[in-house]
Amino acid sequence: MDYLYFAIRRLLQAVLVMFVISLIGFSIQDNLGDPLRELVGQSVSEKERQALRDRMGLNDPFFIQYGRFLGKAVQGDLGNSYFFKKPALEVIAAKFPATLELVIGATIIIISFALPFGVYCAIRPKSWFAKFIMGFSIIGISVPVFLTAIFSIYIFSVELGWMPSFGRGETRDLLGWNSGFFTQDGLVHLVLPSISLASIMMPLFIRLIRSEMMEILQMEYIRFAWAKGLLPRRVWFLHAFKNTLLPVITVGGVQVGTMLAYTILTESVFQWPGMGFLFLEAVNRVDTPLIIAYIIVVGLIFVVTNTFVDLLYTWVNPTVKLVGQKS
Amino acid sequence: MALLEVTDLEVEFPLVRKTLKAIHGISFNLEKGERLGIVGESGAGKSVAAFAVLNLLSKPGRISNGKIRFEDVELSGLDAKSMRHIRGNRISMIFQDPMMTLNPVLTVGTQMIECLKAHRKISNSDARELSITKLREVLIPSPENRMKSYPHELSGGMRQRVVIAIALLTDPSIIIADEPTTALDVTIQAEIMTLMLDLCKTKNLGLILITHDLAVVSQVTERILVMYAGRVVEEGLTRDVINNPRHPYTRGLIKALPQENKPGERLNQIRGTMPSLGAIPPGCAFNPRCDFADNACELEVPDLMGADSHRAACIHMDKIPAFSDEEAGK
Repeated sequence: MDYLYFAIRRLLQAVLVMFVISLIGFSIQDNLGDPLRELVGQSVSEKERQALRDRMGLNDPFFIQYGRFLGKAVQGDLGNSYFFKKPALEVIAAKFPATLELVIGATIIIISFALPFGVYCAIRPKSWFAKFIMGFSIIGISVPVFLTAIFSIYIFSVELGWMPSFGRGETRDLLGWNSGFFTQDGLVHLVLPSISLASIMMPLFIRLIRSEMMEILQMEYIRFAWAKGLLPRRVWFLHAFKNTLLPVITVGGVQVGTMLAYTILTESVFQWPGMGFLFLEAVNRVDTPLIIAYIIVVGLIFVVTNTFVDLLYTWVNPTVKLVGQKS
Repeated sequence: MALLEVTDLEVEFPLVRKTLKAIHGISFNLEKGERLGIVGESGAGKSVAAFAVLNLLSKPGRISNGKIRFEDVELSGLDAKSMRHIRGNRISMIFQDPMMTLNPVLTVGTQMIECLKAHRKISNSDARELSITKLREVLIPSPENRMKSYPHELSGGMRQRVVIAIALLTDPSIIIADEPTTALDVTIQAEIMTLMLDLCKTKNLGLILITHDLAVVSQVTERILVMYAGRVVEEGLTRDVINNPRHPYTRGLIKALPQENKPGERLNQIRGTMPSLGAIPPGCAFNPRCDFADNACELEVPDLMGADSHRAACIHMDKIPAFSDEEAGK
């Protein structure tokens, strides 16, 4: 019951945030070039243009246009892409699996390396391996993602010829999800883009996990756990690790959103046919409905992941009281 | 032979530039079922001494010299596995702040059962039963429900009871309690101390009680060790030390207690503060703060002197006047 109440409140907040995002997104429309020029080209006279403007409602006041946009948006209609002549949402939905694939690939890489490395660096801060990881992570933080991407293409595709240099590879349908995860060719294509995308977050997570865990290991309850005569692995991986997870989850949730933003860079370097690549093309073509739709979809993903993280946080941390819960 | 024998224990903290000595060779024994108090101001080395026994010193602290014998086992330099067998099993600890001692993200039940399972082959359900029994022994109401509670759902006093129950789980022969009531309300302090005293008596448990609260020590312990700047300055039976202190420091501590028959009067205090580890004065470390000090006090560190049952480390101990009736608060 409390959980339901909390979820409803959280949902209302999410709706409010989405409303603001849509307002900002839509206000771009008036300032991002003339949609008519993209639609009809040079040969149409100014009089015909005005008539077309009236018919499309582009001369109406901002809020009437916005109201119309919002009314359609809640029904899942974000307008038609000028370039593709198809609903913008449909265009984005077609590219979404590719981007999701990339984000999942990068997340798997981050979790499977950052967690063990971070924990190791916290437990054995003086070992040479921990020092090596920390030194390396400084480099990782400082090198921009497009540089990592270009270098990895140069080394592994051009020089060594181990990996394909661009594109998504073969995909296959499984349970309604069309993805490169299910074919060998798709997986091979995924390796370099995932690594470059992960490289930007990985050092941050290793450092975050290390510093949080080192702080936790100084806590009195950890000393008490030692005093109880527990095995080191129980003290480290249960008592300390569970407490370390709390801040890591909070930061991690926000970073998933940031990672989506970085897919724009990664996808354009690797010519990955995802949402980010699509967005860059849309900007070049002044495809305003598509740009707005992209902003709203990404905003929605941000809001959904953050809501999910909040729910996860209350589940991991028993001391967090749900909003509105009677104690 | 005593249950626990600490001989010439020295603890040091090697820092980047120099090494600080926190404990300069202290010795004490604890007999089976005996209750020993270690008193002194903050920084005297009481807690360090206690943590050294179980080798739980904060980094970079280490035992640089001395012997710690427990039931014929030498604890200093013991391998990790054998040490784990002692910790929480044969010798338990109770920490100062119950708000900080229990892990906030694990239930009381988890934190109790894991301790039992670390030391015995026992099924989960048996461990649960035994934990509930121990919670009942420390007078926690509806222990079955408390097993499912998280620490933040309990009051400070209840948490300290849980900590005591955890310390009792494996029927240890010694409990080391580091200021177990300092973080609690005065009324709760008395309840917890009474509970601990009862448990120690009925189970014939050895207790090392570390505190700066002389009132608590005088009610609970049989013997007292007074520490100052990493050394024992006085030791003896509790009633002897409290009624007839032979070291000026102990005398100052007792005189600093508020007395019931003198309300509204200014409390006595020992002038100055405990020296930091890096700046311990030559000779008797207490001499700059001492009313009885003269030049001789600065020459060398005095040894403990006097009869075995009551010894003090003061070259002027015979000159220290006994408490007048007024000073003793009678």
